[in-house]
Amino acid sequence: MGGAEEPEAQPPPAQRFLELVKRPELGAVGGLLVVTLFFLFTADPAMFTAAGLMNVMSPAAQLGILAVGAALLMISGEFDLSIGSMVAFAGFVFGAILVVWQAPLAVAILLTFAFAISIGALNAQIVLKTGLPSFIVTLALLFMLRGLSLVGLKWATGGSTQLRGIRESVTGSSLLPLFTGDVSGIPIELLWFAAVAAIGAFVLARTRFGNWILASGGDAEAARNSGVPVADVKAILFIVTACCAALVAILTVLDSGSTDARRGFQKEFEAIIAAVIGGCLLTGGFGSVVGAFFGAIIFGMVVIGLTYTRIDQDWYQVFLGAMLLMAVLFNNYVRKRVAGERS
Amino acid sequence: MSSGPLISARDVAKRFGSVIALSGVSFDVGPGEVHCLLGDNGAGKSTLIKILSGVHQPSEGGLFVDGEPALFRDPRDALDRGIATVFQDLAMIPLMSVARNFFLGREPIKRLGPIRMLDGDRAADVTRDEMKRMGITLRDPGRPVGTLSGGERQCVAIARAVYFGARVLILDEPTSALGVTQTAMVLKCIDEVRSRGLGVVFITHNVRHALQVGDRFTVLNRGRTLDSRAKSEVTADELQALMSGSVSA
Repeated sequence: MGGAEEPEAQPPPAQRFLELVKRPELGAVGGLLVVTLFFLFTADPAMFTAAGLMNVMSPAAQLGILAVGAALLMISGEFDLSIGSMVAFAGFVFGAILVVWQAPLAVAILLTFAFAISIGALNAQIVLKTGLPSFIVTLALLFMLRGLSLVGLKWATGGSTQLRGIRESVTGSSLLPLFTGDVSGIPIELLWFAAVAAIGAFVLARTRFGNWILASGGDAEAARNSGVPVADVKAILFIVTACCAALVAILTVLDSGSTDARRGFQKEFEAIIAAVIGGCLLTGGFGSVVGAFFGAIIFGMVVIGLTYTRIDQDWYQVFLGAMLLMAVLFNNYVRKRVAGERS
Repeated sequence: MSSGPLISARDVAKRFGSVIALSGVSFDVGPGEVHCLLGDNGAGKSTLIKILSGVHQPSEGGLFVDGEPALFRDPRDALDRGIATVFQDLAMIPLMSVARNFFLGREPIKRLGPIRMLDGDRAADVTRDEMKRMGITLRDPGRPVGTLSGGERQCVAIARAVYFGARVLILDEPTSALGVTQTAMVLKCIDEVRSRGLGVVFITHNVRHALQVGDRFTVLNRGRTLDSRAKSEVTADELQALMSGSVSA
């Protein structure tokens, strides 16, 4: 034998491009820089004080917890459109257990997560057993859970769609500091956001399960042939996503002291937008939790930042849509370069 | 290691309902040997690969591993006996890095207290070393598989099978979609595998590629094998004629 040449060297531009591809969150970091610069020039300086930044981070944290779950699920090749409704449903379950049953906070939290786990498992079983697209299955759950939240709230309150009196029912609970208030000035929901993102990022990048998430979304058949339990991986992520929704429900319901049927409205889309801005491919197999983390912060900056400017706040949806479009175009370009460049 | 065949098929037939895919296949491969299985499209190559790799079971006849009768109920059985198949899709995920693909499903783990984490450095080092042994310098095992050339990708799949303990490597048309340089790379890789004492079943319809690396040649035509020939006993024209069925063996 012999005669084989050494493989040709990569030209420098391709090499630089590869570095970019290995860091799918770079797009989100760039986006955050652009948005920050924009508000530095247009917004009231109060936005960039400690108090102003906390205002920005509050919606970012609530969305970010959902976005971490949505990103992991999307990387594994599935969607969950029911997470927004799941927030409302989990909020209703949580509130009803506290107010109607007068149960202790610990019981309410455990039962809320138990509900979330069973809804996540239900989504997973329908999608994985039938092979139907998760888009359509979870769209059905989006409406069912939203409707159940309405019906349930009316049942629990005797006709109202808002359940009050939650703060009174949990006063004195020793678990309360874990879910409300702040730790040396930092709101607790921010710490939850950071913790969820850190765990998600570690699992995806540094564990065997993370490798399986990427493989399941990249090519389910090839992953299965390599011994990856693809169905189990996806089922676990549907459950994780539902639990993220339950955590957001618990945090926000305790914070406001009441829950209503509109809680989490359209959060499924915002979470997916944050994940996509963070570099996740809609087709799965590629993306980053760190990116989704920054994607959520971008979202918070735009929503809150506009209130610090003279710009009409209703522009924020235009802004968000434009960012989503740019992110999708960029991600699509990356995918083409990586998957079909040479053969 | 005995000098007899590592794996052999004797009078294997396979029917799917009334369709006869294989009607009498006998074939073997020994250690340190590249046995080329040549056949035109529809000759039964795919069915034979699936029987050797445990996807299908023979309707008649049987397989022997180290001279003992063997039944592969599924691909896992075949792998456990050291029979590894590299299919054309390579079971690789283009968007994932070379090292992650190399260890997919068999990830190296290191412990940090109670936390079990991926040993990324070990995965990268092993991948780089194993590719080096196949004659390919991979500077960065962290780059996506999709950015490798077709030949390099094929070699990653081969190196992976060898690293995880294959004794027999079945290669399904590894050069069919490749250019000249890429083909040379894969053939060099096959040569390396042979020099390590593995048996290689090289399935192809390209006579020139087969002659460049093969020790023995068997032609499969309409579900039957014709006699095996050693390299000194064949010419390209003869093999071509046998494949097309225009002469009898």
